[in-house]
Amino acid sequence: MPRRISEYFIEWCIKLSGLAVVVFVFLIFLFLLRDSLSLFREYPLGRFLSGREWLPISEPPRFGVLPLLIGSIFVTFWAIVICVPLGVGAAMFIAEVAPKPLKHVLKSLVEILASIPSVVLGFLGIIWLGPFLRDTFHLSTGMTGLTGSLLLAFMALPTIISISEDALVGVPRMYREAAYGLGATRWQTLWRVILPSASSGIMAAVMLGIGRVVGETMVVLMVTGNAPVMPRSILLPLRTLTATIAGEMGETVGGSEHYFALFAVGLVLFAITFTINFVADLFLRRARK
Amino acid sequence: MRLKTRVLLSWLLAAAFLTGCGETVDPNEPQGFIQTKGSDTIVNAMQEVAEEFMQEYPHVFVAVTGGGSGVGIASLINKTTDVATASREMKAKEIEIAEKRGVHPKEFVVAYDGVAVIVNRNNPVDRLTLEDLHNIFTGKITNWKQLGGKDAPIVTLSREVSSGTHMYFKEEVVQLGQKGSTEEFSKETLLLTSSQAIVEEVASNEGAIGYLGMGYLSDRTKAVRVARHSLGPQGRSASGLVPRAARDEGQAASDDFFPPTVENVVKKTYPLSRPLYVYTDGEPQGLVKLFIDFTLGPVGQRQFMETGFVPVGATTVAQTN
Repeated sequence: MPRRISEYFIEWCIKLSGLAVVVFVFLIFLFLLRDSLSLFREYPLGRFLSGREWLPISEPPRFGVLPLLIGSIFVTFWAIVICVPLGVGAAMFIAEVAPKPLKHVLKSLVEILASIPSVVLGFLGIIWLGPFLRDTFHLSTGMTGLTGSLLLAFMALPTIISISEDALVGVPRMYREAAYGLGATRWQTLWRVILPSASSGIMAAVMLGIGRVVGETMVVLMVTGNAPVMPRSILLPLRTLTATIAGEMGETVGGSEHYFALFAVGLVLFAITFTINFVADLFLRRARK
Repeated sequence: MRLKTRVLLSWLLAAAFLTGCGETVDPNEPQGFIQTKGSDTIVNAMQEVAEEFMQEYPHVFVAVTGGGSGVGIASLINKTTDVATASREMKAKEIEIAEKRGVHPKEFVVAYDGVAVIVNRNNPVDRLTLEDLHNIFTGKITNWKQLGGKDAPIVTLSREVSSGTHMYFKEEVVQLGQKGSTEEFSKETLLLTSSQAIVEEVASNEGAIGYLGMGYLSDRTKAVRVARHSLGPQGRSASGLVPRAARDEGQAASDDFFPPTVENVVKKTYPLSRPLYVYTDGEPQGLVKLFIDFTLGPVGQRQFMETGFVPVGATTVAQTN
């Protein structure tokens, strides 16, 4: 009897915590939406989405989200271009090529990589990577989108490596045996059989990596220079959505237009990460089938 | 980074202090907790004042946090700090919102400061007029060559919009003190999150130019000498931030270049000087009053002088001269 009660109780606890997550996400969305709508009452949605100027403390203020949005897209795109080949390559090596002892060492190193706080990376970016890129590419400043992209690529690597590696390991043994049976070499098997079969899982890894990169704040705030220009090149300073919220939130007075505008920026960010995670989930589900 | 450690240290100290609370304390002795938040420009000075204060009154703990003047003022309005520090005056709109929320800001001038313009030590340019600065920061001049320097692009550095120094610089340099001006910082301007970040970038980048409170000057960067522009005799400094005496004297000094030193701020010959403020909610009482009086008193003012600012008394003397 007491056992049944405790089981009942625990079952409900688990159900509640599951439900709580859904409720929280929903509440966050509502909260963002409510405060963003307060902005759009005074500042038209069209001008917010298509405005090319972000001048929050000018008279009158201009809240054009476009430079920030494109800034985020620039940084994310380059980070992904850099880290996907590296990450998938590393996953292939760990899953298929590396001998057992090396495999264990590499896996734990990847985990350590994941545990480096972003503010530490940002600091390295300011004092080392930025000046290095400035001197290498003869730029006027090392605080550029690329500096951010490189550091973000570094941060997304662990996510991409471990999920891709799971996907590669999950490919059924018989595929491998069939390929070898047909006389395929190890490389042919890996490249033409295993990688395509794991592609859904790898896509999910990439999408989750993108999610990580889009939402990362500290690094981009510290190293990208935060100039609210319409980005033209990854080798110039730019400003992202997240850095804008982090850099300006402290200053705004609750209930002001600027405050609501930052919530609207948050809503844009939420929409992006939600879509990305949703797509990643679709891929993951397909991978499981 | 420094800010973070400072906050952390404050909490450690607070924890250490609280654990020491078991002993009996003379009930007549002031005890409690005060929080000050705001301007990064004077955060170092406030920290010194707080330390002296805590030595004087060992049972009061003062936590000092930076973040920018806007942060301090927002916190005062949101009632999350006892004392807000600011390197600019509260805006009418902010006061209005504060009153609406039942907060009645009371203003005190705690010190005067020069806003220094810094460049890399290897940059040959060492004197600029306000007009030059205006052209640089609005993007009308983009190469050091145009100012007699090397052929290198100018990288303009600014603080984030939460900084009082950003507001001051925007009004006095970008808009040249003209009310209603719609001039903005050039969009290429990098917005950095702290004065320290500006020092780092200027120290390592030969093309960079930035601005910060005099208290942040060091050997790692070079402060340029600044002259009031030679446009009208009244100067265009109509924002009210520079005390009247400074404006009247502006004419005589119009073609002289002055470095940002305590002396030049006291004499009002350095064109970019401004008062620094603290705000409290209503007439300060109890511990807060004790702290404000201490800050404005001789010991507090000495801390401001030692961290590179101009004590309040010095300029009133100059003003009456």
